[in-house]
Amino acid sequence: METILKITNLHKKYRKVHAVNNVSVEIKKGNVYGILGPNGSGKSTTLGIVLNVVNKTSGEFQWFDGKYSTHDALKKVGAIIERPNFYPYMTAEDNLKLVCKIKNIPFTKVYEKLELVGLLERKDSKFKTFSLGMKQRLAIASALLNDPEILILDEPTNGLDPQGIRQIRDLIRIIANQGTTILLASHLLDEVEKVCSHVIVIRNGVTLYQGTVDGITANEGFFELESENLENLKLALQHFSQIEKIEKEENKLVVYLKSNLEPAELNSYLFQQNITLTHLVKRKHSLEEQFLELTKH
Amino acid sequence: MKRLLAIELQKIWQNKASKILTITYFITLGLVSLIASIEFELGPLKFEAAKSGLFNFPYIWHFGTYFAAWLKLFLAVVIVSMIANEYSYGTLKQNLIDGMSKKEFILSKFLTICLFALVSTVFIFCISLILGLKFSSYTEAGIIFSDLEYFLAYFIKLLGFFSFCLFLGVLIKRSAFALGFLFIWWISENVSIGILKYEIFNYKRGDDTIFDTIKQYFPLESMSNLIVEPVTRLNFVKSVGNTVGADFSKDYSVHPEQLAIVIAWIFIFMFLSFKILKKRDL
Repeated sequence: METILKITNLHKKYRKVHAVNNVSVEIKKGNVYGILGPNGSGKSTTLGIVLNVVNKTSGEFQWFDGKYSTHDALKKVGAIIERPNFYPYMTAEDNLKLVCKIKNIPFTKVYEKLELVGLLERKDSKFKTFSLGMKQRLAIASALLNDPEILILDEPTNGLDPQGIRQIRDLIRIIANQGTTILLASHLLDEVEKVCSHVIVIRNGVTLYQGTVDGITANEGFFELESENLENLKLALQHFSQIEKIEKEENKLVVYLKSNLEPAELNSYLFQQNITLTHLVKRKHSLEEQFLELTKH
Repeated sequence: MKRLLAIELQKIWQNKASKILTITYFITLGLVSLIASIEFELGPLKFEAAKSGLFNFPYIWHFGTYFAAWLKLFLAVVIVSMIANEYSYGTLKQNLIDGMSKKEFILSKFLTICLFALVSTVFIFCISLILGLKFSSYTEAGIIFSDLEYFLAYFIKLLGFFSFCLFLGVLIKRSAFALGFLFIWWISENVSIGILKYEIFNYKRGDDTIFDTIKQYFPLESMSNLIVEPVTRLNFVKSVGNTVGADFSKDYSVHPEQLAIVIAWIFIFMFLSFKILKKRDL
């Protein structure tokens, strides 16, 4: 698969802070990547470096196998970082035309992209009259003007109301479905879990995990069980060798597994032992729980 | 180059404040021609601008460029704010992300100030030409097209000043502070020249060689040295001067070494702007 961006041993030191510490990442075409990390973990700094606005301290990064200089490569990239930055006195349309001039592309896509983000009727309104949600959508339209090879979004739903978050999320999904590579930095985990195929977890400038979303959530999961008599239930469960440990939580048992155990198998065995369950759920740790686990000090 | 200019002109032209200031600047430049209608009486002396020789070729070239240069302050505001706005709107960052290089960014600003300086030069040439053709006592082509180096000096003077403004904008990021700094710089340049003159070199009339050599390298001083004030060159003023016993023998011409100093400053300002931008994390 074609490599879009390759970062090798990237470091960024501000006076006392080591904001990015030896980050190496490879972004392949067609995947949707989520960069996860608490606030101040170095996500935005890393993106700032590859986007030519922050100077690296050491290390390398390379766009499209180094075929273009960074600023020419960026013409094939669509990116929004932090807040939407446009000229407040220009209309939506004029702002997008200006971006076209910078990217050296014709104005043909301006209306199409405004339509995509639902701002076509507001094309003649000045940017400063827009709500935050509209500004963010205009930013997405602007990032898509050149039908980019990769779309980079840094906290695209920050500060938006629920409707706004929903609109942005739907947009991201539409764009992902069109096959555009996406790099989404966010600390909203369900957002990442819903749209991303790969995750990169960063804390204090260090990469903690890099791989597929399934990989990070892959564990055998656990059961939540309830019954009339928890003691009997606990005793009966000794039968299964797949069980790692059993914890009692209020009036239910949480049963952790070390290898796969089907709920049907568990249920029928317990029934044979004359234990009826009032509650049976098999769950996996969500990305959020895994993430919190990973980034725990 | 056309692309960079198109980008920058869109930024300026769609900004109401910049647009109004730019238009005001050119209108005011045009108003210089109204000087022709000045008439006043000073005791026994009757002064009529149109007949005073103000508009004689080639003197008008000198006179026009000297006074028009004062108006550059209008454009200074436009230039400083065109840089400062990019910082405050966050659009400098966005422009870079969209694929402009830092070099292109500075270049687009520089091309714009070149255009400003060029248009101003052409504009003031046309106005002076019209006034001259109307009021000059001599209209032979040979005389009309003499002393045109004042326009080169005017162009370089504007470009030098605008480059300084651009540099201050890049350095300071806030238009009000940058303009304030420009003012403070102007004062401190004059103060340090004063200190140099009277404290360090114990200036006496007549022996001013070392002092003048140093003085001409100050940025604003070097720009103002390009075009020497033309007032004392007027016959009218000269005759007044003679009656009160003042001597106005001066060298009014444009000197290549003065041009070279200002051009050097333009390079320095542009280079530093680029370096600052390159080094800064945005």
